[in-house]
Amino acid sequence: MIAKYLPVYFVLLGIAGLEVFLAYQSFSTTALLVILLALAVCGAALAVMYFMHLAQERRSLFLSLIPAVIFVLLMMNMIWSDSFRLLHMRPFPH
Amino acid sequence: MIVSESHQAMHAHGTALLEPAPYAIPSRKLTMWLFIISDAITFGALLFGYGYLRTASTDWPAPFKFNPSILNVMIMTLVLITSSLTMLGAVDSAKAGDKGKAGRFLWSTIFLGIVFAGLHIREWFGLIDDGVRLFQNPWGSPLFGATFFSITGLHLLHVVSGVVALAVIARGFSKGRLTAGHVETVGLYWHFVDLVWMFVVPLIYLLNLSR
Repeated sequence: MIAKYLPVYFVLLGIAGLEVFLAYQSFSTTALLVILLALAVCGAALAVMYFMHLAQERRSLFLSLIPAVIFVLLMMNMIWSDSFRLLHMRPFPH
Repeated sequence: MIVSESHQAMHAHGTALLEPAPYAIPSRKLTMWLFIISDAITFGALLFGYGYLRTASTDWPAPFKFNPSILNVMIMTLVLITSSLTMLGAVDSAKAGDKGKAGRFLWSTIFLGIVFAGLHIREWFGLIDDGVRLFQNPWGSPLFGATFFSITGLHLLHVVSGVVALAVIARGFSKGRLTAGHVETVGLYWHFVDLVWMFVVPLIYLLNLSR
């Protein structure tokens, strides 16, 4: 009964293992962040489409849910300029 | 007495459905999906907030050693992803009408959820023993504890409430009060909890490794 889900299961475990392996390589923080996020998004997409069966639902459901979430999460990226401002213009020495 | 068509339809079918369900799914499933995307945005906001504070800090701690922290996190990830697999077994068994199998898969999922929560709480106690509090720690920026405990704590709250919900559904389904649709709906929630963990691990743990 769960045999058909085993490929996705092992891919998810593989992604998790790969993330741990890559975290111990000598990437810069920014590069590591991008790589880990990309892997996490791939894992999440597999979980949403096949574990949560969104791939089998009507396309209209997918289009109603996912683009809006991605849009909101992308819009949250506007905070970074302020965090760099805080980093470089700190009022107190450390 | 003149009775409107809509009233006739309601009394004829015993339901208030006068038109096809949106997206051709039951309302409980659509509600769960809407809750999931709102909760995803909530976790997204917390993780962005954590990222903001980490980027703005010059002394963010990197305390997670491979043994025991990352090993513990790897085991927790294995447990949670496996619990998603057993949840899938429960949903498929419930849809096939096999109550016994569905019950076994559901209780396996509950057990794995409890194991996850136990490992997580043990990790928390380890960090608290090391001196990490909400607004202080021995290593660096005082906000490390606040972000760590609030993000992992919110996730742990979701796991614990998911375990409770699964137990309620398991009991109701075994007694015939609930349907396979209910099992499927709580399954969606459980997979979401797993999904959030897939983002918490790289962002909170793997970006703060102690080398």
